[in-house]
Amino acid sequence: MKTSIRKIGGNASNIFVYALLAILGTLWVLPIFYLVYTAFRVNPSTGIINQLFPEGLKLGFGNFTRLFRDTMFSKWLVNTIIVSASSCALTTLFILMVSYALSRMRFKLRKPIMNILLVLGMFPGFMSMIAVYFILKAMGLTNSLLALVLVYSGGAALSYYICKGFFDTIPKAMEEAAILDGASQFVIFKTIILPLAKPIIVYTVLTSFISPWCDFIFVNTIISDREKYTVSLGLYKMINAERNSFNDNFTVFCAGSFVVGGIIVSLFMSMQKYYVEGITGGAVKG
Amino acid sequence: MEKRSANGIKTIYSALKAGSWQTRVSFLIAGFGQAARGQIAKGLCYMFAQTLFILYMLFFGGRYLGHLFSGNLGVRLSGEVWNEELQIFEKVKGDNSFLILLYGTATLVVALLFFVVWFMNIKGNHENDARLAEGRKLTTFREDMRSLINQRFYIPLLIPPFVGLVFFTVMPLIFMVLIAFTNYDYAHMPPGKLFDWVGLANFKLMFSFSGGGTGFALVFLRVLAWTFIWAFFATFTNYFLGLVIALLIHKKGIKLKALWRTLFVIAIAVPQFVTLLLMQKILDGDGILNAILGTRILWLTDQRYLSLLPRVMIILVNIWIGVPYTLLMCSGILMNIPADYYEAAKIDGAGAVRIFFDITLPYMMHITAPYLITQFVGNINNFNVIWLLTGGGPVDNVHYGGGTQAQSTDLLVTWLYRLTTDQNPKYNVASVIGIVIFVISAVLSLITYNRTSAVKSEEAFQ
Repeated sequence: MKTSIRKIGGNASNIFVYALLAILGTLWVLPIFYLVYTAFRVNPSTGIINQLFPEGLKLGFGNFTRLFRDTMFSKWLVNTIIVSASSCALTTLFILMVSYALSRMRFKLRKPIMNILLVLGMFPGFMSMIAVYFILKAMGLTNSLLALVLVYSGGAALSYYICKGFFDTIPKAMEEAAILDGASQFVIFKTIILPLAKPIIVYTVLTSFISPWCDFIFVNTIISDREKYTVSLGLYKMINAERNSFNDNFTVFCAGSFVVGGIIVSLFMSMQKYYVEGITGGAVKG
Repeated sequence: MEKRSANGIKTIYSALKAGSWQTRVSFLIAGFGQAARGQIAKGLCYMFAQTLFILYMLFFGGRYLGHLFSGNLGVRLSGEVWNEELQIFEKVKGDNSFLILLYGTATLVVALLFFVVWFMNIKGNHENDARLAEGRKLTTFREDMRSLINQRFYIPLLIPPFVGLVFFTVMPLIFMVLIAFTNYDYAHMPPGKLFDWVGLANFKLMFSFSGGGTGFALVFLRVLAWTFIWAFFATFTNYFLGLVIALLIHKKGIKLKALWRTLFVIAIAVPQFVTLLLMQKILDGDGILNAILGTRILWLTDQRYLSLLPRVMIILVNIWIGVPYTLLMCSGILMNIPADYYEAAKIDGAGAVRIFFDITLPYMMHITAPYLITQFVGNINNFNVIWLLTGGGPVDNVHYGGGTQAQSTDLLVTWLYRLTTDQNPKYNVASVIGIVIFVISAVLSLITYNRTSAVKSEEAFQ
C-alpha cells in the first residue's frame, strides 16, 4: 500500500517535471525556430516582419540566393575562415607554450609572471582598443586581416588558466622516466605532454576558432573596408547600421545567421565531448 | 616581489664593488666581459642589442621620452609661419600630442626591455666571476643553447607569447592609463589642437558633486549602482536557473535526458551577437512579440520608472543566453557528487528539499564559488548584452544630462565605449572609467584567486 502511494506520488511529480521541462524547452527553442523560419521565408521577404503568417506566405531558399548573390557574404565567410584559422593556430600554440612553462617548469620568475598575467587580465579590453588601433596604424596594418589575427591572438597568454590546470594534473612520474633517459624538456613537451593534452588542445582550438565569428567590436574599430569584413560585422551592419531599415534585410540576416550557426553547430557536435570536459574541468579548477 | 628586486640590486651592487675589471667595463659596454673571456657569440649579441638601443634612442625614442618627462606634450601647432628672409609663408609640421604620447610609451617599454637585457649581462658577468673564482670553466655557446631547450626551456616558450602581450596589451594599457591624466577630448584633437597633462583634474571631475552639472559623481554612482545590480542578477539568475533545470533533467525516472539537454544546449550554437540582435528585433516596438500579443509595449525603450522595463528585459534575455552554459556545467558537476552522500541522507530520512539545501547546494557552491566570482566580474564587463539590446539607452536626459553622455542602462564599459566612439569623444574621462573598472575587477579577482584551491594545490596531482 505504502509503496503504491509513493509510486503514484513519484509519477505525479515526474509529470510535473515533464511539463515544466516542456514549457522551458519551448521557450528556449522558439526564438531559434523563429530565426530558421524567417531565414526560409521568401515571400513576402521585406517590409512585414511583424506578422507571423503574412498573406501570400511562401517558403524557400530565396534568402540564401540573395545572401550569396547580392551581399558580400561569401567574401566575408572566406575572411572569417582565414582569420579564425590563423588566430586559432597562434592562440593555441601560445597558450600551450605558456601553460607548459608555468605548469611543468620551476624557475625564479614563475610566480611573479603569473601575478603579472593575472593583473593584466583585469583591464577591460575596450579600454585599450583605441590605442591598439593607433599602434596598428603606426605599423601600417589597419584594414588588413593580419591585424585582426594579431589582435585576436596577441593577448592569448592571458587565458592560460584552464590549460595550465589541466597540465597540473599530469603526474610528474610520466616525465621523470624520460629525464632519466636524458630527454630534454623540448622532447618531453613534444612527445609526452602534448599527446596527453588532447582534450584541452581540442577545447582551446574550438574556443579560439569560434571567438572571431562572434566578435564585431574590434573588427568595427580596425576594419572599415567592406571587402575585409568578417561575417559578424557584415551581419551586424546588414540590419543595424545601413541607411535602409532592418525590415528590408531581416530575412537575409536570418539566412546569414543560419549559415554561421550551422557551421558552429557542426563544429560543436563533432567536438562536444571535449568541450564539456573543458568547461567542467575549467569550472572545478577555477 | 620586493625581496626579489632587493636581490637584483644586491647583484648589481656586489658586481660593481667586487667584480673583475671585465665585469665593471660591462656596466658601460654590455657583453664586454663575456667577449673578453671567450664567450664571443654571447658578448656580440649583447653588444649588438646595446648598439641598436643607442641608435634607437638617438634617432627616434629619446625625443619622445624627453617630451614624456618634460611636462608638455608638444607646443608647436602645424600651420603656416612667416619666413622673414624669403618673404613667404612656410608650411611647418607641428607637434602631435597623440603621437608623442604613443611613441613615448613605446620608448618607455623599449627602455625597460633593454634594462632587462642589461641586467642579464651584469648577472652573467657576476656569475662568470664566481665560476672563475671557483676554478670552473665558463659555459660555451653550445652549452648555453642546449640549456635553452632544457633547464631554461621556459625562456623560448614564454618569449613569443609575451611579445604579443607587450604590443597588444601592455603598451595600449600604459598609453590609456596615461591618457587619464591629460585633457584629450573632442576640444583637444591633435593635430588641430594639442592636448597636455592636467594632473588629477579628470578624477576630480568624475568624483565631485559640485553643482551646475560640472561634477560627474552623481551620474557615476548611478551607472555604478546599475552595473552592480545587473552583475548580481545576471550572475545569480543564470546560476540558479541552470542548476534547477539540471536537477530537473537529472531527476530519477525522467526519460530522454539527452533530448531535454539538447533542447537547451542548441542555444549555445547560435553566436551570441546573433541571438542578441534577433532578440532586439523581436522586442522592437514593431517587432513580432508585440504583433503576437497585440500590444504596443516599448520593451527596450520605455523610459518610465527609471527605465525599469528595459532593465528587466535585459536580465531576462541574458537568462536565455546564459542558462545553457550553466546547465552544461552544473550537469557535469552534479554527476560527480559522490552517491554515498545521498544514500546517507536518505537513510536519515531527509526529503528532497532537505537534500537539495543540505547536500546539493553546499557541494555546488563549494566547487563553483570561484566560477561565480569570475562570472560576476565578467558581467560587470558584459558589453555585448547591453550594447546590442539597448545600446545603453533609452536616453534619459532628466537623470543623465550634464555632458556625461551616460544613458539609463549603461554599464561602466558601455559608457566608456560611448565616450570613445561618440561624435564628441572624451578619451580622458573614458580612461578614468577604465581605471575604475580595473580597480573593481582587480579587487574581486584577487579575492577569487587567493581562495581558489587550484592555486594552493597546483601540485596536488603531480
